Amino acid sequence: MADASATVGSTAAAHGLPDTFPKLLERNAREFGDRPSIREKDYGIWQTWTWKQVHQEVRQLAAGLASFGVKRGDKIAIVGDNRPHLYWAMCAAQMLGAVPVPVYQDSVAEEMGFVIDHAEADLAIAEDQEQVDKLLVIREKHNRPGRIVYKDSRGMRDYNQSGIVSLADIATRGAEFMKQHPGFLDAEIAKGKGSDVSVMLYTSGTTGQPKGVMLSYDNVIVSGHNGIKFDGLTRDDEVLAYLPMAWVGDHIYSYGESFIAGFCLSCPESGATVLTDLREIGPTFFFAPPRIFENLLTTVSIRMEDAGWVKRSMYKYFMELARRTGIAILDKRPVSATDRFLYWLGGYLVYGPLKNALGFSRIRLGYTAGEAIGPDIFDFYRSLGLNLKQLYGMTETSVFICMQPDGQVKADTVGVPAPQVEIKIAESGEVLVKSPGVFLTYYKNDAATAETKTPDGWVHTGDAGFFDKDGHLKIIDRAKDVGRLRDGTLFAPKYIENKLKFFPYIREAVAFGDGRDYVACFINIDLEATGNWAERRAVSYGSYQELAAKPEVYDLLQECVEKVNRDLAADPNVAGSQIKRFLILHKELDADDGELTRTRKVRRRFIGDRYAPLIEGLYSDRDRTFIKTTVTFEDGRTGTIEADLAIREAKRQPATATTTHKTAA
Amino acid sequence: MTSSGRVIGDTLLKIENITLSFGGVRALSDVSFDVRKGEIRAIIGPNGAGKSSMLNCINGFYHPQKGQITYKGTVRQQMRPHEAAAQGIARTFQNIALFKGMSTLDNIMSGRLLKMKRGFFWQALYWGPAEREELEHREAVEKIIDFLEIQAIRKMPVGKLPYGLQKRVELGRALAAEPDLLLLDEPMAGMNVEEKEDMCRFILDVNDQFGTTIALIEHDMGVVMDLSDRVVVLEYGQKIADGTPDEVRSNQKVIDAYLGVPH
Repeated sequence: MADASATVGSTAAAHGLPDTFPKLLERNAREFGDRPSIREKDYGIWQTWTWKQVHQEVRQLAAGLASFGVKRGDKIAIVGDNRPHLYWAMCAAQMLGAVPVPVYQDSVAEEMGFVIDHAEADLAIAEDQEQVDKLLVIREKHNRPGRIVYKDSRGMRDYNQSGIVSLADIATRGAEFMKQHPGFLDAEIAKGKGSDVSVMLYTSGTTGQPKGVMLSYDNVIVSGHNGIKFDGLTRDDEVLAYLPMAWVGDHIYSYGESFIAGFCLSCPESGATVLTDLREIGPTFFFAPPRIFENLLTTVSIRMEDAGWVKRSMYKYFMELARRTGIAILDKRPVSATDRFLYWLGGYLVYGPLKNALGFSRIRLGYTAGEAIGPDIFDFYRSLGLNLKQLYGMTETSVFICMQPDGQVKADTVGVPAPQVEIKIAESGEVLVKSPGVFLTYYKNDAATAETKTPDGWVHTGDAGFFDKDGHLKIIDRAKDVGRLRDGTLFAPKYIENKLKFFPYIREAVAFGDGRDYVACFINIDLEATGNWAERRAVSYGSYQELAAKPEVYDLLQECVEKVNRDLAADPNVAGSQIKRFLILHKELDADDGELTRTRKVRRRFIGDRYAPLIEGLYSDRDRTFIKTTVTFEDGRTGTIEADLAIREAKRQPATATTTHKTAA
Repeated sequence: MTSSGRVIGDTLLKIENITLSFGGVRALSDVSFDVRKGEIRAIIGPNGAGKSSMLNCINGFYHPQKGQITYKGTVRQQMRPHEAAAQGIARTFQNIALFKGMSTLDNIMSGRLLKMKRGFFWQALYWGPAEREELEHREAVEKIIDFLEIQAIRKMPVGKLPYGLQKRVELGRALAAEPDLLLLDEPMAGMNVEEKEDMCRFILDVNDQFGTTIALIEHDMGVVMDLSDRVVVLEYGQKIADGTPDEVRSNQKVIDAYLGVPH
């Protein structure tokens, strides 16, 4: 199926599109210049800029940057939350042929320093004082960035270090520069072509140091265009841009697709107001990692538990009904007239108000990607009538690998290959991809490029998976993480961890078992959900650590683990990898301690080293184990915590447990 | 931060030989010091040293028996708190004094009260000039919300907020009056380290951005030394030291007052 569409060609020009973002911006300003392009909530009011205005702003910025010495091929670091000015700065850089390098805004100076130094970014555009401070620390160490442009002038009055300029100044200079050099900008824009590097995105680095993925305009524009066609997005859509600008998902969906399709992007007031802003904007298209959907559901569940009995029983009844009929209605399968009527009634009483509270009233299409989403969570949203789908992709392929077509959505697969994407499964089980979105190279890292990309353009995803009978791809784990127990049983840690994480009480889990006799795991409780559960049962606790050590909490989680074991027992492939022993960690795994990546993926090997005594405990017959760990506080200082953790043994099911499963159901 | 382009101007407030007693109890005796325009001035001292009484005198809530207070060059007569407020003195309290049932927005809006020209009738009508005025004030309030980074709690009743945020809202309300002199009564009391650091940053930013003169009472010595330009130390109602943080730190009397002396 992929081959038929592959003939269209893999350049923007072949798709009849302008071949760079600056040219797309010109087109948008010319063809629908008075339509809204971007919004930002500032001083409590949504401020809107039309495409025409954005075009003007970006040109001024570009000219200003040119007067500031930015040349073709320069790298420009973009550091901050999603702000219109930062998106414009990206486009302004592209006008001059410079390459924007968005950086994860919450990364600590050391991580950010690596990226800025590696990318050789001599100019950084930062949102505010906080980021400027970080950049100044980086400059001391790496001698980069020499010039820093800031957007928010608050607290910046006393910064008289060299090379610090406000974005407003740049724009003023730009207006002047344009008067003196008419035609300069247009010539620069015309020089840009589809095969040029449009952006450099650093992968979050689950393994080793981050790598700079270079994507061309053709990569981003063709991928974005295919995504738009696949789901029928138009310029009437509304999207909230709230995911890190450094993440490829935001770059394609917020920046790329809004330019290509011409829809309006809204930037939230601050990270803390996203839920309120979501509700005010009511996006028609929503892209989020599973964690966001999980958190939303957790909030709803907790609030419903606290509600009065009328609301609670109404919620219970109609959610039960939705579970039964909602997904069938969404997938246009036959449903009895009574159920259809009740579901319609539920729409007025429960689903509508609920969707409104979540900000999903107008949503036409939702995507989740990045990690596996729990089937319960997935079904919850779909049963409400929300067309939530899964997507499989990575930075190296400009996101798109697999997508779920409408009406063919399954919780445990990631869908069929996206338009123009070819997929093959290597003998090792690894998924290989070829598409117009496949990246050029990693920046200054030919060894890694050669490892990931074959000379004929196939990308090693590093994921192990297989196609099911309907041609949908099913991902089970990272190819290198799939291991075997000592007796040869297949052990896919992520598969087990995800099953655990689908319980609201569990925030994170890390499973061990490769080369061992049995599977054991660490569990991180979810403070909110478990805390609420504890309060309800009058279990008192003073801190995270205390709650995590409560025998009652251990009992609760033992039930969860045993449920997972029952689940695993039902599938002969993984029945042998049931969890034998587990413990609850005394601290939350944290990106600041290097235990998670910035996108909250577990760094398995690092955790294995750091908590070696705990692992040793899990594979001994002791029922307690002691650990001392260093932690990093939010202000950057470090301290140590000690804990004596209990280890529990979970019941395992006989390998052919299909019969027990039936009686349980 | 302090090596900035800030200008410390002339004396804004001058306290001369203030004595205040309640019946037989002498809260302040013969205290003199001054506050210069644009500076951050700290008043410190052990419990019961008379710090809050001093602040209450400045803001017109207590009337000292002896001594005189000169504010903006004119000697002040007996004055009420609202008159002090009208002259540009705003304050926060040691125990938060917000309207717990009202939203953050409304609480800060209440700080604009003295700036509102239209009366109750016009405001109730909410038409024409009253509407325009309300919009103006709302804009000023939004700027403060932005400044203090409390957008996310704009519409939340303050009673539901954690302590640190309530303190921030209280600062917001004081700022809403656009004061020339801002009195802060233990702005950092009961906060954790992170909240304290945030509050310090806001105090420095207020001083820096709006040029507001700040007089603050604080217990946390570390905070005071980092934050203020000059420090006055009280003990048992008397001034025992006055000077820059470094001078005060090395003053034997101050060390004794804080650490105690063998009798």
